[in-house]
Amino acid sequence: MIKRILTSRELLLAAAIAGLIALIATKFPGFIAPENLINAFNDTSPLIILALGQMIVILTRCIDLSVAANLALTGMIVAMINTQLPWVPVPVLIAIAVAFGTVMGMINGLLTWKLDIPPIVVTLGTMTIYRGIIFLLSEGQWINAHEMSDSFKAFPRQTIFNLPVLSWFAIIITLLLFILVTRTPLGRAFYAVGGNPNAAVYAGIDVGKTQFMAFTVCGALAGLTGYLWVSRYAVAYVDIAGGFELDVVAACVIGGISIAGGIGSVIGAFLGAIFLGVIKNALPVIGISPFAQLAISGAAIVLAVMFNARAGRKQGRLILKREDSGT
Amino acid sequence: MTQATNNATPKDNTALLSVNQVSKTFPGVRALNEVSLELYPGKVTALIGENGAGKSTLVKVLTGIYQPDGGDIALAGKKTTFKTAHEAAMAGITAIHQETVLFDELSVAENIYLGNAPRNSFGLINHAAMKAGAVDLLHRVNADIHPDTPLRELGIANKHLVAVARALSVDSQVVIMDEPTAALSLKEIHELYELIEQLKSEGKAILFISHKFDEIFAIADHYAVYRDGEMVGSGDISDTSQEQLVQLMVGRPVDQVFPARTSSAGEEVLRVEGYSHQTEFADIGFTLKRGEILGFYGLVGAGRTEVMQSLFGITKPASGRIHIDGQGVTIRSPAQAISHGIVYVPEDRGHQGTIKNTPIFHNVTLPSIRATLKGHLLNKRAELTLTRTFTERLELRAAALDQNVDKLSGGNQQKVVISKWLATNPKVIILDEPTKGIDIGSKAAVHHFTAELAAKGMAVILISSEIPEIIGMSDRTIVMRDGRICAELDKPKMTPEALVQAAAGIESAA
Repeated sequence: MIKRILTSRELLLAAAIAGLIALIATKFPGFIAPENLINAFNDTSPLIILALGQMIVILTRCIDLSVAANLALTGMIVAMINTQLPWVPVPVLIAIAVAFGTVMGMINGLLTWKLDIPPIVVTLGTMTIYRGIIFLLSEGQWINAHEMSDSFKAFPRQTIFNLPVLSWFAIIITLLLFILVTRTPLGRAFYAVGGNPNAAVYAGIDVGKTQFMAFTVCGALAGLTGYLWVSRYAVAYVDIAGGFELDVVAACVIGGISIAGGIGSVIGAFLGAIFLGVIKNALPVIGISPFAQLAISGAAIVLAVMFNARAGRKQGRLILKREDSGT
Repeated sequence: MTQATNNATPKDNTALLSVNQVSKTFPGVRALNEVSLELYPGKVTALIGENGAGKSTLVKVLTGIYQPDGGDIALAGKKTTFKTAHEAAMAGITAIHQETVLFDELSVAENIYLGNAPRNSFGLINHAAMKAGAVDLLHRVNADIHPDTPLRELGIANKHLVAVARALSVDSQVVIMDEPTAALSLKEIHELYELIEQLKSEGKAILFISHKFDEIFAIADHYAVYRDGEMVGSGDISDTSQEQLVQLMVGRPVDQVFPARTSSAGEEVLRVEGYSHQTEFADIGFTLKRGEILGFYGLVGAGRTEVMQSLFGITKPASGRIHIDGQGVTIRSPAQAISHGIVYVPEDRGHQGTIKNTPIFHNVTLPSIRATLKGHLLNKRAELTLTRTFTERLELRAAALDQNVDKLSGGNQQKVVISKWLATNPKVIILDEPTKGIDIGSKAAVHHFTAELAAKGMAVILISSEIPEIIGMSDRTIVMRDGRICAELDKPKMTPEALVQAAAGIESAA
């Protein structure tokens, strides 16, 4: 089991992250101060949650480009509820956020499943629609920190064992997704559908329904992140998390999730998000200009993809007899 | 070894294309074994053989898609090799396939001149010249088609004409027609005959591949019969008969030993009545008993796979009744079929069989995953136990059950797929070409296991295009042709001749 978790790919990525942190620490020792690492992890938490949702969608040979728009729309909805009805308790708001996110994910899934539209087209469309709905709801207005209730803003910042609630969410979601993917029939179906949809059909797996489930889970996580994001940054407007869906896909790709489907692990997606998070946190510390930061993040993504492509290349058929083939 | 029964080489003509002792081997399969073939200008040579006899491989060798391992090809007396399909086309060899390999979104003229378009002085495509040339070529093949028509708007017969026009545009001397009539109406077939006569009069050498004997006798001048990758006979069509050709096609030495079985058919498990689909098959009716192996024989495209996929819920059936253990059932999805005890082992192992990049045991437990759950969670130990039960019975050779399935040989992957289905504890197992493309040893294992399943009371449907397999394994055989059942043969009546004649639609020859 341990061997399965830490296949060489994930180990390599973990080593790369450790090396990167060590490299930064030689110049800026303050970077590895515990509070700074906690900060960096906390900053990366939304990315981790979204990357995990995106990962299962990609496993089934789909893609969800609407996650950031979903996040922004649910964030706006809960922020508006909070400003109008400040007495609604935070857990109820979270449930509402998850419910709205789930519905948006289900819409993506239904369009893909029942109408057979390519997921990239579906989610490109719903991405724009969800952003448009935010504009309609808010009439382009911002909801600022002073309009939100204190409990609304405080919840993700509360710490348990020195770790903010936001970070705990990322950790718990990672564990839940790990169980979902490795220990449930649905998780197995994700891999089967992405690995060989034809064979999955013959095994009695409904490919469209499995993809629908992946979109639904991804939407629920995006909805959850919607509340966490808006409450943490204490602002909601049309363009929050604009373009963040690309970071999410990038985290998956860096984490070794194959865009072709069927290959990837929860640990990989988690580490991919951390890798991107470390770079995004470290570059300003080192004093690199924001413009160069974008280019460097991009270069890291391209390198990761090149690495993946090399790793995925087939060795060729096993024709020669080998005594020690596998263990 | 080539044992030509009749070596009637026309003396007044030298071969335009001659294939000499060409061999081609794929891992585990010898597709062509020192075969020869000669094509003469202005003559039609029919290439005849069962499915898997090596006809398609030969076509691919001639068109540069495959390179032969041995032997040589001579064009107009000069030895040549084709490293790419383009080289073969430029040398004057054109193939017209059952489903033409043209481009639906391009116009007829663009298809005719693709890769070979007339250029103007700037090196750009000269559209006027291309169109004029296309009009001329289409006229030569008597095609009433406008060169600007998008190809997708044409029927198959007209697409063939475009393909022939394309062949003429590069001045092809050799035209290969691979089952060109498969999807044509009677009228279109006659138009094709006229076109072939025209090509003959222009001195083209034509290789005509068909399963239909009436066509072969109508237009061919010579014939060559392939069997199991070897040429077993050739000569003039006027010196032979249907019976003789059938004999050559099927009369093979018995080189495979099938498990001895005593038929022990029990009560009926499956009854299919009036099963029809709008376009694929009609009036399919048969019964299947416990412990029985029911063969399904027919040419490729006869509708056997379509019927079984529909029974399994992959495609929606149009109408008809299915009874399992006497109970009427409806099957709308594979999951329902599996729960009713029907499983289907598909033909294309790579495409429909295993899930790549996953461990063996994930593949085996996929359809029966719910039986291994502990609570709501997967349990690796239970999965491995279930997997081992079946992989050991099938003598799967793998280092470990959590080894990646891709690392196994073809035969062992097939065993993984079969284990997967047995683990669902089925009543009826449908095997679609279970031994296609696997080595002899693995074949024997599959045959023994199939017999063992029947002996244990499972009902088996065996779709096979290999006559020895059908005869060696089945208790009864249903022959399909053009989407309908055309014969049902009991053990004593199951002869190679009877099967081939039924499948090819030859009126019962003496």
